[in-house]
Amino acid sequence: MNPGVGTVYRWELTKLRYQKRTYLGLGAAAIVPIIFVVAIHFRHNQRGGDFAFASYLTRSGLAVPLVIILFGAVWMFPLITALVAGDIFASEDHNGTLKTIFTRSLERGQIFAGKALAAATYAIAAILLDGTVAVIAGSMQSGFNSLQSLSGTIVSAPKALELVYVSLLVYLIPIGTVVCIGLLLSSITRNSAAAVVGTLMISLLFQLIGILPGLGGTVPYLLSTQFNAWQGLLRTPIDWAPIVRAAWVCAMYGIPSLAAAYLVFLRRDVAGG
Amino acid sequence: MSVSPAESPPPVEVRGLVKRYGDLTAVAGVDITVNTGDVYGYLGPNGAGKTTSLRMMLGLIRPTAGTVRLFGRDPMLSVKALEGVAGFVEAPTFYPYMSGRRNLELLGAFDGHGASARIDEALEIVELSDRARDKVGGYSHGMRQRLGIAAALLRRPNLMLLDEPATGLDPAGMRDMRVLVRRLADQGITVMLSSHLLAEVEELCNKVAIIQAGTIVYEGEIAELKRGGGTSYRLATTDDERALAVCCAQPNIGDVRTDHGRISFTADDAAVAELSQALVEAGALIRVLTPQTMTLEDLFFSLTEGTDGARGERSIAGEHPESAEPAETAR
Ligand SMILES: Nc1ncnc2c1ncn2[C@@H]1O[C@H](COP(=O)(O)OP(=O)(O)OP(=O)(O)O)[C@@H](O)[C@H]1O
Ligand SMILES: [Mg+2]
Repeated sequence: MNPGVGTVYRWELTKLRYQKRTYLGLGAAAIVPIIFVVAIHFRHNQRGGDFAFASYLTRSGLAVPLVIILFGAVWMFPLITALVAGDIFASEDHNGTLKTIFTRSLERGQIFAGKALAAATYAIAAILLDGTVAVIAGSMQSGFNSLQSLSGTIVSAPKALELVYVSLLVYLIPIGTVVCIGLLLSSITRNSAAAVVGTLMISLLFQLIGILPGLGGTVPYLLSTQFNAWQGLLRTPIDWAPIVRAAWVCAMYGIPSLAAAYLVFLRRDVAGG
Repeated sequence: MSVSPAESPPPVEVRGLVKRYGDLTAVAGVDITVNTGDVYGYLGPNGAGKTTSLRMMLGLIRPTAGTVRLFGRDPMLSVKALEGVAGFVEAPTFYPYMSGRRNLELLGAFDGHGASARIDEALEIVELSDRARDKVGGYSHGMRQRLGIAAALLRRPNLMLLDEPATGLDPAGMRDMRVLVRRLADQGITVMLSSHLLAEVEELCNKVAIIQAGTIVYEGEIAELKRGGGTSYRLATTDDERALAVCCAQPNIGDVRTDHGRISFTADDAAVAELSQALVEAGALIRVLTPQTMTLEDLFFSLTEGTDGARGERSIAGEHPESAEPAETAR
């Protein structure tokens, strides 16, 4: 069998299975909803719902994943995503292994593609894992009940479950952009910590721009805003506008980042290691 | 006209290769040709540019100028140029969190062409089978070196480019390495290896290039090198002054000099026999008369340090190594 992008992809996933950061990221994605639900449980029992979304959260467990992705957009999911995306090229520099894999039978472009796909796969796995744990834990705490949409109408539980997963998919659009930024910084800085922190800083910077006075007009085009696009799904009728905008705004940030990462990786000198 | 083997592109053809890092010229216009079946030694002091040139040959870094062709193909254009080529630069590297075998499995998968089926055999050759299940992170330097050789063998190469392959190996490992290189050469595999070990190169290689400050100061056959030096002799007698006069007067004795209190000259066998008789007749009794064949070491030092280690008339441009670099970096 001749090697190709698929070979790199499979081996990158294998390598991820050997690395602690993979478990750190996926572990955080799985544990946060559990901690969240436990917190709701005690809050609810003590003083009743007195915090934001409390009524949502106590009426239906299906609200839990949505509230988590709402707050997770600030730094948690960008960080979990950057943990692997920011490391995937930099770790080769760290181990000095680029010279080892570049002198086999795969083109640099194939190695790039396999690695980018693996980083994306990990991000998708983290989001879906988080969502699934949140649905299960939330339902155990607050019940698998119908959900009130943002327009006030009631959505049946099975329909709401479907909306939760479609929301997670829409959420993956900006996450994909974070992956691209992570890949770019990983490729440029050749340093894992710098790339992870840098990716997080960029995503925080977008939020900062959004709240600066006088820059309000930029809000619809900021990356941070696209993390809220899924809310369009919870309106009746569904508001597709923010989702469509998320698609092209994210592409606008993501594709140039990915292209730059690719060119840097393709042309770079492997002088170390 | 039929295509003779000589017309097929050589395993390595490097022309005018230059690599600059800012103001520093690491490789300053190197020409190298390695022909099929050669075991080619690449010698030079630390920082001469050996690794840098090998990196360019493997397509790892982009030359500032010049071309590399491996079997006629450019490694900068596509990794296809590395088909049938294997090797490593500096210490071989692996993923420390995976076992030696797992690393080879990864590389075998990246090679394709049934490379994975050769893992056991390769591990056997480098005597690493019993440690193959351990994480590479726990390997010693020499074990990684062996794993690097194993990884190269997976590709079943026609050309091996090895950067100081014996570095870090114990004496047995070095011997095994020499045996291995010799065996590869016997199988018709072309080998180019950089080294500091002059004895190793002298023993293994049929050709050698010596690089100094990024410039090749000597390239040629080792056999020719030794022949070319002429047979020179060193002489010590009971009366060196008289002996010197005899040497100068004697026919067929050339290049008479004194250094370090000894007389040196070049001559053929017959002339030496006549000289010894003349010396005895003149009353200068021979204490020492030794033939000096030029060793690689002599040549190496004469070329890289400009010392008078090499005898004979061979005088090679580049004996003043300092001259190469400033000329190249001047703007
Ligand atoms: N990435 C780099 N950046 C800057 N300079 C470099 C780089 N790599 C090599 N050099 C310089 O290029 C020159 C040649 O280095 P190279 O590693 O090729 O030497 P070498 O002949 O392999 O030496 P050694 O015998 O010590 O392995 C040195 O002066 C080195 O400092
Ligand atoms: Mg070197």
